Amino acid sequence: MLNAYLENTLIYNAELCSGCGVCVMVCPHAVFEMNGRKAVLSRPQACMECGACRLNCIAGAISVESGVGCATAMIHAALRGRKEATCECS
Amino acid sequence: MIYMKNELISITTKPKVLPTTSRLTAADRWDHFLVRIGHKRGEHRVAPGLYALGNPSPESPVFVTGNYTLSFDALRSSLAGMDAYILVLDTRGINVWCAAGKATFSTDEIVLRVYQTRLQEVVSHRRLILPQLGAPGVAAHVVKKRAGFRVEYGPVRAADLPEYLKTGKATAEMRRVRFSLGDRMILLPVEVRNYLLRMLVAAVILYFLGGWTGALAAVACVLAGAALFPILLPWLPTPNFSTKGFLLGGLVALPFAWLGFRGHPDWAWWQQAAQALEFLLGMPAVTAFVALNFTGASTFTSRTGVRREMFAYIPVMALTFASGAILAIVFAFVR
Repeated sequence: MLNAYLENTLIYNAELCSGCGVCVMVCPHAVFEMNGRKAVLSRPQACMECGACRLNCIAGAISVESGVGCATAMIHAALRGRKEATCECS
Repeated sequence: MIYMKNELISITTKPKVLPTTSRLTAADRWDHFLVRIGHKRGEHRVAPGLYALGNPSPESPVFVTGNYTLSFDALRSSLAGMDAYILVLDTRGINVWCAAGKATFSTDEIVLRVYQTRLQEVVSHRRLILPQLGAPGVAAHVVKKRAGFRVEYGPVRAADLPEYLKTGKATAEMRRVRFSLGDRMILLPVEVRNYLLRMLVAAVILYFLGGWTGALAAVACVLAGAALFPILLPWLPTPNFSTKGFLLGGLVALPFAWLGFRGHPDWAWWQQAAQALEFLLGMPAVTAFVALNFTGASTFTSRTGVRREMFAYIPVMALTFASGAILAIVFAFVR
């Protein structure tokens, strides 16, 4: 049985980490935790690709293709021939 | 040169600070009710700008939020008894997390709003407290560079603010987003409303095709996806929204399939079997589709995951639904 949520686009380069801890702070799913002076990926599969960590990481140690995890938005984008799905809820 | 009197006045006036309180009135609660039933979505707005809660001094903290009444009201009601400033961004009537996702709760908007309200003249410190869920739209270090204010990410929920301000720290639990039964239940009216018209149209069509049983089947499979599914979400087996929806829809279709066999003793066996099959093929596909569309309302699905399940299961939904529909039409004429 497929588990669609096992993989995501989160990539973390621990070598660049400056240990500021902002990723631990902004992640709503506890994907990162501090281990000594470095952040480590503790729950990478829980990542929902919101992009908060990437945007706030001064060291540029995190990359993730952030976007809306919303089928409705993606179906609308596909039907209207748009590439990028944006959430349209008001 | 003409002397511009008005310009001079606008420069020498004090920064504009609007008053607010932490008390929610009956009108506020009525507004929250209208929000929850989906009445005039996107029109529940607060005027963007700087607000004074209580009697703030230049040392009082500054909290940032969006101009959605539910966001603004959650914040101010959590700050009861406090003196503080609230900086309301223009998120176009959308909550903080979604606005951050579409970059209206953003670095640019904070910088703009700080200068526009002349916040640096109002407060002596240089600290902004943001809700944690604003982070997908805000780069804290860029706000510091461009506006001179240090961004501090507070807890996810405004209700945790008093504790956070007391200890100066958000616990791991305060930083986690959950999706409790209560969180899911409160979404039901809007979910059902989203499908109401389509559901009723389908019910009328199926009434002419298959009588009351058909009409009821349309209502049942849509409501299973829009109301039952959000309630049962964590307890339904399998990891994907679509497969959970197929299972739930299958369960809901069983009594209808049974009716197909038992409801028409005068029919030939193959006619009974065909009607049972119509329900078993058509209904789970609808429930699964509605369930898949709940991904956007949930708090944890990634774009990668949703895309994968769309590619895997939308063809299955289309195929089973089409088979059920074709069977229904063909046998409606055979009978």
